[in-house]
Amino acid sequence: MRFAFTDQQLEFRNALRPVLDKECTTSDLRSAFAAPAPRSDRWNTLAEMGIVGLTVPEEHGGLGMGLLDLVLLLEEAGRAGLPEPLLETTALAAPLLGATAGSRSGTWLDQIAAGDVTAAVAPVDPAAGPAVAGADGADLLVVHTVTPSGRPELHAVPASAATTTPVASLDPTRRLATVHWDPSPATLLASGEEAHVLLADLADRAAVGSAALLLGLADRMIVLAAEYARERHQFGKPIGSFQAVKHLLAGAQVRLEFARPAVYAAAWSLDGGEPDRSRAASLAKASASDAATEAARVSLQVHGAIGYTWECDLQLFLKRAWALAEAWGSAADHRQRILLSLLDER
Amino acid sequence: MSAVCQIAPTVDGRHLRGIPLRAGRRTPISLDVTENEPMDLSFTDAQDEFRSRARAWLAAHAPAPGALPSLDTAAGFEAHRAWEQTMYADRWSVVSWPEEFGGQGVGILEWLIFEEEYWRAQAPLRVSQNGIFLLAPTIFEFGTDAQQRRFLPPMASAEEIWCQGWSEPDAGSDLAGIRSRAVRAPGDDGWLLTGQKTWASRGAFAEWCFGLFRTDPEAERHRGLTYFLIEMRAPGVTVRPIPQIDGETGFAELFFEEVFVPDSQVLGEVGKGWNVAMATAGSERGLSLRSPARYTEAAGRLVDLYAERLAVDPIRTARNADAVAQAWMDAESYRLNTYWTATRVVTGGTVGPEASANKIHWSETDLAIHRAALGLLGTGAEQTEGNQWLDGYLFALAGPIYAGTNEIQRNVVAERMLGLPRS
Repeated sequence: MRFAFTDQQLEFRNALRPVLDKECTTSDLRSAFAAPAPRSDRWNTLAEMGIVGLTVPEEHGGLGMGLLDLVLLLEEAGRAGLPEPLLETTALAAPLLGATAGSRSGTWLDQIAAGDVTAAVAPVDPAAGPAVAGADGADLLVVHTVTPSGRPELHAVPASAATTTPVASLDPTRRLATVHWDPSPATLLASGEEAHVLLADLADRAAVGSAALLLGLADRMIVLAAEYARERHQFGKPIGSFQAVKHLLAGAQVRLEFARPAVYAAAWSLDGGEPDRSRAASLAKASASDAATEAARVSLQVHGAIGYTWECDLQLFLKRAWALAEAWGSAADHRQRILLSLLDER
Repeated sequence: MSAVCQIAPTVDGRHLRGIPLRAGRRTPISLDVTENEPMDLSFTDAQDEFRSRARAWLAAHAPAPGALPSLDTAAGFEAHRAWEQTMYADRWSVVSWPEEFGGQGVGILEWLIFEEEYWRAQAPLRVSQNGIFLLAPTIFEFGTDAQQRRFLPPMASAEEIWCQGWSEPDAGSDLAGIRSRAVRAPGDDGWLLTGQKTWASRGAFAEWCFGLFRTDPEAERHRGLTYFLIEMRAPGVTVRPIPQIDGETGFAELFFEEVFVPDSQVLGEVGKGWNVAMATAGSERGLSLRSPARYTEAAGRLVDLYAERLAVDPIRTARNADAVAQAWMDAESYRLNTYWTATRVVTGGTVGPEASANKIHWSETDLAIHRAALGLLGTGAEQTEGNQWLDGYLFALAGPIYAGTNEIQRNVVAERMLGLPRS
């Protein structure tokens, strides 16, 4: 039993933070809101650091690492509000391509590691609507379908072979779009049982990866509200000295503190193929969704009217948190999945 | 229960194995965790073997669940003491203590494993808990060699059971406002204690009491306090048991009338009692009082109850699905957070204000589990006969109050984790 990250994993995180402090400022986020794009100079920086290709096998130019190596970096990406699709490309598409044989997958992987390709991944939870996050502008669309005979199929479709129709999101950097494409042997990654297994794995990875982003977002929102509560004076005192304000933020902080180990443990479970990994993933996502939703609620309340303005940076993080709390299974969806698995086990 | 509270523990979690750790110093007390090995949430073969031994011993010796009368009755107290003595005889009462004091000298992780097995066996509540989980870590950290030799073995064997004398009628959340005082005894070989303590858990039947008294009335509130170890049968101690919400005398009021306490029973330095007390409070809120096994075991039984009720009354039961799942999650995330914290401690880290976050979480988890169970029982929830869920619920209701109210803990989290200004 050793429930801690290695020094190397922590150092990687520590190296990313100052980069994002510099290259992913709130004014950068505002620019991204105004003109959302899947790639940027920032993405190139992340690719050069090895982060974009972190999960790409070494023979394709990546670092060949796992979700446990990525989870702290996703948390940083969440904290910074990174608009680029690190979750979709590095946490989801690359491992899936790495798990499927064939030169087509290999070519995509080479391009991902080089920072030349970003991916969007169609949602796998049954409650999801037709819009695919990141599909507007992505180079690669990882999509799935069921054939008339009932066989699941997974496809890697180049954007040029699909029609994407943008769907407006409260957070424009989500770049939602519906995707129309024709399944063809040229795009097929896996089918039947293999596709089924890959999709189940994708659902778990997406739950944990989005949970990691939510941890970072929750932390950022709490920090913003705490900073504001130290500076804003009413009745001649900083509002952060009032218990009513303290207790709101402390409650959110406690939720965050207890969501964090759940997310890290789930990343470990998925990497190791532990038998209860899906339940661990659901615990991670349900905890992180609730923590971020609560952090969003109290941060807005502590900010008061200024938090409700476009001018206040809080909105940049609130909107991402609301979207991701529901994406890849809401807290309620995952609670249900947990209970069903517990009942199955009896 | 004890209403200990007030601000920030500064020394929490440094002493989880009964071996004092200094803050910030890297003390390699566990051999099974090396920094920089990759994360691994599975147990070692040696830990699995330890678990098997604990499980086998408990299977052979633990009373059947619910077999002992309540420990808050005179007869139940003695029955629980006898169980502690059975454990002590085979060195299972305080596994993490060094062997010379009656333990097995194992680490925190093994202690957590033992706790998992203990709760899995649904073995009795620990009548020694105020001593072994709260006072003992403080004695390991602050006690002299003579104090350790004098007090630890009879605590481990339950020959001497401890209660806690901190809160006073006018000093609950504001613990530093205590008024009970101690003055030098005429022979200059000890102190005379006078005053009143309240909410002393196990106070009705305990042999010993640890408590805070004011030794310097001139000093600023948090200074001038001293931590005393007091024999309950010393002349001048009067005990008035207080029936709790369940009608049983789980705690007591204690009256002290010039009670003589020798210098050898001062724990830590005279006038530094606040720091010593905060170490105890850190144990109470942090890792050592409420092991996660208590909650994961109850959460498992909650899922069983859900399944049973689902078969009888599916529509009504399904309405409780979310609450049941959430309670199970709360227990599981507490377990994970505990292993996360334990790893940090065995690799030389410390526990600071996280102990307050921890206390909020475990107390709310206990309530969530039991509320969910009562929700499943519906109109049967009020029935007392054989209703362990109701007993557990009443116990859980105290959680957000003792060990410093959750409101006080939220202040600590806000001020020390988020940097908000003091009120």
